[in-house]
Amino acid sequence: MTKAVRPPAPISSERATGPGFADRGTESDEPDFAAIQQSPEFDLLRKRLRRFVFPMSALFFCWYMTFALFSAYGHGFMSRKVFGSVNMGTVFGLLQFVSTITIVLLYRGFADKKIDPQVDKVRELAGADKE
Amino acid sequence: MTVQIAAETTGSPLINVSVFVVFVLITLFIVYKATTRNQTAADYYAAGSAFSGVQNGIALSGDFLSAASFLGISGAIAVHGYDGFLYSVGWLVAWLVALLLVGERLRNTGRFTVGDVMAYRMKQRPVRAAAANATLVITFFYMLAQMAGAGGLIALLLNVHSKGGQALVITGVGLVMVFYVLVGGMKGTTWVQIIKAGLLLICVTFMSVFIVGKFGFSFSAILDQAAAGSPLGKSLLEPGGWYGDGAMDKLDFVSLSLALVLGISSLPHVLMRFYTVPNAKEARRSVVWCSWSMFLFYLGILVVGYGAAAMVGPDAILEAPGGENSAAPLLAFKIGGAVLLGIVAAVAFATILAVVAGLTLTASASFAHDVYANVIREGKADARSEIRVARLTAIAVGFLAIIGGIVTNGQNVAFLVSLALALAASANLSTILYTLYWKRFNTTGTLWSIYGGLGSGLILILFSPAISGSSTAIFKGVDFHWFPLTNPGIVSIPLSFLCGFLGTVLSKDPADPEKQAEMEVRALTGIGSKI
Repeated sequence: MTKAVRPPAPISSERATGPGFADRGTESDEPDFAAIQQSPEFDLLRKRLRRFVFPMSALFFCWYMTFALFSAYGHGFMSRKVFGSVNMGTVFGLLQFVSTITIVLLYRGFADKKIDPQVDKVRELAGADKE
Repeated sequence: MTVQIAAETTGSPLINVSVFVVFVLITLFIVYKATTRNQTAADYYAAGSAFSGVQNGIALSGDFLSAASFLGISGAIAVHGYDGFLYSVGWLVAWLVALLLVGERLRNTGRFTVGDVMAYRMKQRPVRAAAANATLVITFFYMLAQMAGAGGLIALLLNVHSKGGQALVITGVGLVMVFYVLVGGMKGTTWVQIIKAGLLLICVTFMSVFIVGKFGFSFSAILDQAAAGSPLGKSLLEPGGWYGDGAMDKLDFVSLSLALVLGISSLPHVLMRFYTVPNAKEARRSVVWCSWSMFLFYLGILVVGYGAAAMVGPDAILEAPGGENSAAPLLAFKIGGAVLLGIVAAVAFATILAVVAGLTLTASASFAHDVYANVIREGKADARSEIRVARLTAIAVGFLAIIGGIVTNGQNVAFLVSLALALAASANLSTILYTLYWKRFNTTGTLWSIYGGLGSGLILILFSPAISGSSTAIFKGVDFHWFPLTNPGIVSIPLSFLCGFLGTVLSKDPADPEKQAEMEVRALTGIGSKI
């Protein structure tokens, strides 16, 4: 991937940040985003991320809504005692705590091992890290 | 009994006030020290993106460990039991949305405001105006909740029972917080959050460990004692204590759950926090840290809530000045006397101050950066005038917050927050997810999803039992409600997703593929965000 020298004139005039915040300096050697987007390395990054993030989001959302729906419509089940005065509802709620932290740690591990290296690869190919 | 407790708690307003004043002085000093002279826009809005992930994570949890979480949730658990617990579960799980879907991508694309991200590949002016409208409305609702909490807390601490006296103190709180924002900007506000979040976690941990120890390390014993003292009896521990058993009550409960889990990662002041770190990795670290501290905090609050029910009793809590919101302070008094009450109250106060300061900053950033610089001046405003506008907005917002706080004084703050969350999830979440992950999404879709969600949410709240026609309504004596649920989330959130979809599919203007490429690459890799 080469970084294009195409001057992004119409883009920078519309740029969100306005000229007042021109600490971005060298606007002219902006990378060729379309080329990066179409590169196989970027494609892999996007696929990897989406394959983890979307199913995981669906999973925790469904799991949480199960809890919420049981709390609303399953009073009998949620009131069942598990041990002492601790009932299903409380246990179910605490399981949400456990699952949340588990997903946080899973994602952290995944991002460290699978996402960050791929991001570095794409950045390197795009020449974005020249100091 | 109740009279006695009220008298006891006010026995030491001197201690309460002095602990609080010491806290304010210390934080003011830190804000002053932390402030950079000659602030640039990046300093004022985003603290120069110089905070580490750990620092921002704690500040992030601080932003969410608001008066609503601390006072509102512990009170709700103490009085309503299980239904209060649902709030804390929702608010913990909600951070997964920020972690998995929003946080890192937002950090990479935007600079100062939510509008930066929403308008990135769309037509600037209409989208920025819409984003700013949403931010201002959501922030205002959220701020009402915080100020209402301040009123209750003051009532408890200083034994100020007259509404006029409370109004005076709310005004004082409002003035201090505007001062934080004007002097400290994002950096000062973040430091106040970090200190406050640390203190709050220590307080809650200490109280919950004490309670668990007192009941022989048996959670079950706390529950038994709590149920024994409650008018709800055993059903305190079961669902339905707050929301009741009717079909509409149950649906309302589901609607609330939805707003809780989807709202947090859509709150403008939470989203803005992601700009205070230098890159996506730090943004990720901050959510991880935030999740851990929320995990600890809400476990602690579960114990504190039931502990307050067991040791103070719901009757005493409800009769205390400040009502439900006073459960945690009363429990602190029971455990550690006037000194602990003073500390807990000061922390709670600090919480309100810090969160309201963050909200004021968010609102002023949104107005100055999106509306003034990009809509009115069409991107030609210089940075200095933009900051001047931001500061003026902060003063105006502070003024509105004071008025709003006086009007809503006495409402349960957790409940008020749930309305703000429903609005945030309706207006922002659909728009942010679409713009980050759906290629075809365009300007029309963006406007439809922001206004569709925000508009439907506002209308449904206006005609809900929360505003009129119920015993807990804000306006009593009138009844113009026709929407049966207090929380609009279950209707307005799906509706905003639908609006965004239809707006995109039905409109003729296609998405800008070049900007889409730029945004997607930038969101995923940070290339071009010049950090």
